[in-house]
Parts: sequence; structure tokens; C-alpha cells
Amino acid sequence: MYFLLYFLGILVISGLFAVCLGRSSKAANVIGALGTVTACSLGLMSFFPIGNSGSSILNIPWSIPFGSFSLSLDALGSVFLAPILILCALSALYGFEYLKHYYGRKNIGSAWFFYNILVASMITVVLARNAMLFLLAWELMSVSSFFLVLFEGEKKEVARAGLIYLIATHIGTLFLLVMFILLGQESGSFDFAAWKTVPSGFTPSIIFLCAVIGFGTKAGFMPMHIWLPEAHPAAPSHVSAVMSGVMIKTGIYGIIRMLTFLGVPLAWWGYLLIAIGITSGALGVLFALAQHDLKRLLAYHSIENIGIIALGIGLGILGMSLNNPVLAVIGFTGGLLHVINHAFFKGLLFLGAGAVLHETGTREIDVLGGLLKKMPITGFCFLVGSAAICGIPPLNGFISEFLIYFASFKGILASLPVTIMSLGIIASLALIGSLAVACFTKAFGIIFLGEARSAHCDKAREPKILMRGPMLVLAVICVFIGLMAPFVVRIFKKAVFDITQTPINAIDTVVAGVVSPLSYIVIAALLVYFIFLFLFIVRRGLLRKREIRRVVTWDCGYARPQARMQYTASSFVQPIVDFFKNTLRTHKSGHKINEYFPKDFSYQTKTPDLFGETIFKPALDIIHRLVEKLTFIQHGQLKIYILYILATLIALFIWKF
Amino acid sequence: MSMKIAQFVLILMVSPFLFGVINRTKAFFAGRKGAPLFQLYYDIVKLLHKSAVYSKSTTWIFIAGPMVSLSAVIVASLIIPFAGWPSIISFDGDIILFFYLLGLARFFTCLAALDAGSSFEGMGASREVQFAVFAEPALFVSLAALARLTGKSSLTDIFGSPQIHPWVSYGPLLCLALGALFIVFLAENSRIPVDDPNTHLELTMIHEAMVLDHGGVDFAYILYGAAIKFWILGSLLTGIIFKESSYGWGVDTIIFILLMVLLSVIVGVVESALARLRLLKVPHFLIVALSLSLVAFIISLR
Repeated sequence: MYFLLYFLGILVISGLFAVCLGRSSKAANVIGALGTVTACSLGLMSFFPIGNSGSSILNIPWSIPFGSFSLSLDALGSVFLAPILILCALSALYGFEYLKHYYGRKNIGSAWFFYNILVASMITVVLARNAMLFLLAWELMSVSSFFLVLFEGEKKEVARAGLIYLIATHIGTLFLLVMFILLGQESGSFDFAAWKTVPSGFTPSIIFLCAVIGFGTKAGFMPMHIWLPEAHPAAPSHVSAVMSGVMIKTGIYGIIRMLTFLGVPLAWWGYLLIAIGITSGALGVLFALAQHDLKRLLAYHSIENIGIIALGIGLGILGMSLNNPVLAVIGFTGGLLHVINHAFFKGLLFLGAGAVLHETGTREIDVLGGLLKKMPITGFCFLVGSAAICGIPPLNGFISEFLIYFASFKGILASLPVTIMSLGIIASLALIGSLAVACFTKAFGIIFLGEARSAHCDKAREPKILMRGPMLVLAVICVFIGLMAPFVVRIFKKAVFDITQTPINAIDTVVAGVVSPLSYIVIAALLVYFIFLFLFIVRRGLLRKREIRRVVTWDCGYARPQARMQYTASSFVQPIVDFFKNTLRTHKSGHKINEYFPKDFSYQTKTPDLFGETIFKPALDIIHRLVEKLTFIQHGQLKIYILYILATLIALFIWKF
Repeated sequence: MSMKIAQFVLILMVSPFLFGVINRTKAFFAGRKGAPLFQLYYDIVKLLHKSAVYSKSTTWIFIAGPMVSLSAVIVASLIIPFAGWPSIISFDGDIILFFYLLGLARFFTCLAALDAGSSFEGMGASREVQFAVFAEPALFVSLAALARLTGKSSLTDIFGSPQIHPWVSYGPLLCLALGALFIVFLAENSRIPVDDPNTHLELTMIHEAMVLDHGGVDFAYILYGAAIKFWILGSLLTGIIFKESSYGWGVDTIIFILLMVLLSVIVGVVESALARLRLLKVPHFLIVALSLSLVAFIISLR
């Protein structure tokens, strides 16, 4: 267990070195990236033996009240730790190349400092076994990612995004504080190990609600997702990949970890999570569809995927509370596998988006086009990620969605409420899947296919090997998990046992029940590859001695097709966006064409966040008005503020006596 | 196993024939003589002999699209039961893989369409993905109703289950599911009233518009893929109606193929009798399918 401390140490020290070298961008870049890569890869190497041999515990007394430096790695933690280590290392390699662009303009050292602290704090969150330590790591994670979001803080919208993120994450932490106090009350200790007796009465439900709100804010459950579409696009792309791929998953980790302290869950917890999952999934993808900013689109997709994960966990909770091992085991396995899958394909997509941004200088989908010819490898990787996120069969995304579908198809045979919930999951997954296909045919099709829509694409070329390499590795992982599905599902047995406490032989039977379908899926996937290969060979054989001509695209006899005549991202999704206009509330601006030969014409659509516009903005306005009345105590003079602190402390002392 | 392989070969061989049946039916209603029943076979053979013309805008996606789509539907045809006999690939939850393979085909067809960089193809792809948004939930819900009724989640088990066959007891549910599936079947195969397979004018630009730039071998793959897709989605309908006879495999196969021919005739009649819906109305039409399937599911709850 001590070795993990060394790796945390490497991360912190390399971060400190990087920040000290801040003036010399190059050195800082090398030290920072090297620190993360070394720590994560060493961590991965030593992680596998531990992952198998069960948990190990490190416990060091600590001087902080209620705190102890208590770390442990168990099966559940490993499920979350593995993608953190892999994705952070790959993103660091990518970031090394990506940040070169900012040499001399930005403080590279501090960027790496916060990145490495972010990695270290995420690892600690997953390992912490004491509420105090957990909260400290949690805060450190939030704050370091906040500074990373602010990397280009001189831009107005970035500063705004950072502020929204900071506020949202702290509101979340507030609920966590309440939750931990409630959990610790019973035993009087803040060590996770001490929470053996389940609190009685309503307390577990309140704790669960606090966890859903507090952790859900980080995970991006609707309607607490409000920060996510702002912060993820603002951060540098390798940081977006880490934030979207693994950081928001710590919220899911938190919810599952808390479940283990709450005994047998109540059925309505499952219903709640399923309802959240359906809302986040369907609305997340719908809003993604209406976005024109590539990274914002991907951020909304994270909300969608968190929704799918919530569906899996919700089913699992239902299964636990109704003592239905199939739902419990397959639900949690599907949810956990989707956590891992999403880390890889979303990481991949954000890195791909970063490469596009790096080469073209824009995230606007509508001005791009034809990039596959200039960036074949990036394009290919982005295609793999797109297919995976849509749940297209031979890839990993399909496997986890299949498990959730599978559990739901078992669920429709159970009692009435479960049947209805399961049908809801089946219908919404079908809806989400088809909307995701619409969204990613748009994203990939408009950006990488067709002809360039503006001069932004002229200079684009394949990025350097350190940016391509991580994307290729992630793409290979996506394919690999898809083909190894029957083996991969077995990895989760131990973690699922820790969560559900289903007898291990019952878990074995249930998992065996999905291994054979998954093997068939792999066979079917291989058949798709083989038939494809066959058709390819046939086509090649047929065309070998024939003439292959290249001409312009056929446009009904029009001989000079132009790039501007192509469909754009906005026009591609217009039918769907219009159909859901009551939900999306897209703002359209542009004037009507009245003259026969119009000169300038502009038309713009913008889809702001539904909850941001309808709930948070009005609510914040009210709070703002109330708080304005308190400005009389705010003088802007430091000595008066110190006086306030002093007065509060004295008052507290008197109260305690 | 040899019978299963024979079935698979039959699907591959017979499916283009159905398009000939549809066209003959339509010709009959229009008072024409009509193209030969085997016209699609001739077309495919002729296309396979052509050389290739590609747009300068296109990339390998354009060429891969038809191949991926065809391989996906061929694998999907391994999952669909034929004449009440178990399919080659049959497992718990194969419904999901079946529909997602069709999703794979759609994904690549749309990408190949966008690759040409023409607004016609963009338009077609845009409409294709839009209609799928309404069609897929309807498909899944109606299959969920059948799964709930039979207690199974594999196509072979569902169509082979005793609950389906005495139609009397579950007639209402099966009728509703059949109605929902028929609507989706028409939409997915780009038939009237959703799409018109005979034109690629702007008004009807869906599937035909997406493949406007494809020609030669690639277009042969596309036509063949469409024929197989018609067969496998049609088998979902005939699978509900078909009842195994006691005369064995050969007779069953003939009856089943006749049912498929009957289905094609019905499609031909629908195409002759109905006009195409306005594009804005198509989602409403598909939502009818979703509603029917939801009612079917509610009936299955009792």
C-alpha cells in the first residue's frame, strides 16, 4: 500500500517542480507531463497484483480533528482507479504536445501543477477511507480543476464558466458535509470502517438524498448539471478529457460507496435514480444535438452517459431492495462497465476535439469540414469514439448498454412497478441511442467529411505523434473491450459483491447467464468484420482492371458544386430540433429575406440550457436581490473583516463554555 | 445445422425477389405490365459489372459505408428466425443486437451520404436519423410487449413460444404489435407513405437521396442490403403470423416464403393506394406506431 504514497508523492513533487520552473515553459512541460506519466504507469503496474489479492489498508493517525490518513484499495475502488490512471497518463502525454502551443503566453508550470494535483486528488478520493480525508481530497480535486478550467481565464466566457463551476461544486460539497455528519453521528467516528451499523429511521434516506445531490452535482445529474456544459469546453482539451472521462465519475463512485454504508436500499431510491437517468440521458443527448460548439456538444453527451450509468445503478438498487439478483448484478455490472467505457470513449472524443481545435483554431462545427483527408488518423480515432458512444455493436459502448437493456428485459417480467420502470429504461435507451446516432453522424459527418466550409481547415494537418498516440491507444481499448466482453464482465464480480452483498455463487450464476449472450455478440461482431473483409475483397477484385474516375459530386447536373452548398450541422439537426422545440427553446435570430437578390443574410441559432434559463437564473436573481440587502456589512476594509472573524470566534468560545 | 445454413442461403437468395413482387403489384394497379419479377437480380448483376466513379470530395468512408451496412444486415439476418425454426445465432437478448446491427448500418449509410458533400445527401441523412428517433422506441416497445407476453427475450424463443400461436387468447395484443411493427417496417424500408423508393426528388429525399452518388459495385451492395433489410424486418411481421405446420421443414419454408410474398403484395397495395405523407407528418405517423406498441405493452401487463 505504501507504494501508492510514493506515486502520490511523485505527482505532488513533479507538480511543485513544474510550478517553480514556470518561467521556462519547456522544462516545466517536460517535468509536469513526466511526473504524471511515471506515477500513473508505475501505479498501473503495481495495481494489478493488488487488484487481485483483495484489499489492503494503510492507516496513519492524523492531527486533524476527526481525520485519519486512512487509505485502502478494494475491488470497487479499482474499477474507478484503473481508468483514472490510464486516462490521466494518456492525457498527460497529449497535453505535453498540446500545451506547446501556449509557450510563452501562458504559465505552463502552474497548468501542470494543477493537473498533477488533480490526478493525485482523484486517486486519493477513490482510496480515502476517512470522511475528513475524503472531503479534503474532494475539495482539492474541485479547486485544482477549477484552476485548470481558468487556463484561458482572460476570456470572458471562460471566467464565467469557472465561476459557475466553483459555485456549483461547492453547493455539492455542502450536501456532502451534511451527509458525512449524518453518517458519522451514529458511531462518533469519521472512519469509513467504523460505519458498520446502519442508521435507523429516515436517516438513510436523507443520507442517500444528500449523496444524490452532492455527488450528483459533480457527476452531472440533471438538473444539477448546469456547470458541466460551461466548464468542460472552457478547459484545455486534455483536461476536458480527464474531467469528463474520469473526474465526474468520482461522483458516481461516491454514490455507490455511500450505498455500501446504508444497508438494504429502499425501492424508491432505485426509482429516483432511474428517473434521474432517464431525464439526464434523454435531455442530455437532445441538448447535445442542438449545440454547434464541438466541446459543448461532448459535454452534454457526458450528461447523457452519466444518465445511462444512473439507469444501471438504479436497476441495481431496485434489484437489491426487491431481492432480485439478476437486476442487482447485471444492473450494477452494466453501470460500472459504462463508467469505464465512457472514460475511454469520451476521453478519446475530447482528445480528438482538442486535435481539431489545435489544428483549426475553432470549435464551431459549422465552419469545419473535410478534415478526414487532412487528419486521417485523428479522424479514424474520432470515428471509433463516435461509434462507441452511440453504442454501435462491435465496440465497448454497446456492451454496457446491452447489459442494461438485458437487465431491463428481465425486469419487464417482474412485479408491476419494476416492469414499468424497465419499460421506461428500454424506451429511453432506444430514444437515447437513436438521438446519439443523429448527434454523432452530425459531429463526425460535418467536421470530417465533405468539403472544408471555411479557411480554418486550410492549414490543418495530422498532429504530432504524442497527440495521435494516446488517441490511437484509446481507440484500440474501445475495440478491445468490445471484443473481450465475455471476459470483461467477470472482472466486476468482486465489486458487485461488495455493493450488493449477493452471495458470490448467486453472482456467478447471474454473470454466467450473460457470458454466453456476450460470446454470441462477439461472434456476431467478428462475423461483421469477416463479411466486411469478404465484400472488400470482392469489390477490389471486381474493380481491379476497371477504370476508376474521380469527378465532382453529382448535383443534378450543376457543374460547380461549392462547399457552401453542403448541409451544415444546424440544417442537419433542424428537423429534430424543431420537433422538440418546446423543450429545447432554441433562440433563432436573423432577418427575413424580402428582396429578390438578397445581399447579406445571417441566421443564428443558439440553445441555452433549459434548467439554467428556467430554474437557476430566476432563483439566483432572487438570491441576488436578497443578498444585496446585506451589503451594508461589507465595507471592503480588511480590518473590519478580521474583526468579524474574531467576534465569531469569541462568540463560539462563549457558547461552548 | 445444415438446415439453418440452408435457411440463411435462402434468405440471401430470395430476398431480392420480393422487390420484384412489389413492383409487379404496383404495375398491376397502375395498369402497366411492369418489370420482370427478377429485375433486382439483373440490376445487381449489371451494377457489379460497372466501373467506378467517385466524387473528389469523398474519402474511404464513402466506399466503406455500403460494405459495412451490407455486412451488418447480413449478420442481422442470422439472428432472425426463418419459418419458425431457430435462427443460426440465437441467445438471450438477441433482440438488442438485432436492432443495433441495423443501427450500425444506418450510422454508416448516413456517414457515407455526408461524405459526398452534397446538400441532397445531407438532406437525406438528416431525415433518416430523424425518423429513426421515433421508429426505434416503437420497435423496442413492441418487442418488449412480445417479450413480456412470452417471457422470453430472444427472437427465436419469442416467435417459437406457445403464447404467440393460439392467436385467439392474445389477439388484441398481437394485432397492436403487428400494427406498430408494420408502420416501422414501412418507414425503415423507405416505402410509401414515409418515403418513395421510386424518386429522388427533393420532396421525397430520404433513402434514395442518401445514395445518390453511389454507383457500380457500391450501389449493388446498397440495393442488395436494402433487399435483405426488407426481408429481415418483414420476418418480424410474418414471424408473428406464421404457424408451424406438421408437414416438416420443406412445407414450412414454402409457406413462410409465400407469407413474405403476401407481405410484399400488401406493401405494393399500400404504395398504390396511398400518397406519400408530408415530411412534417412522418414523425406523427411513427408516433402512432409508438402509441400502438405502448397499448400493446399495457395489455401485456394483466
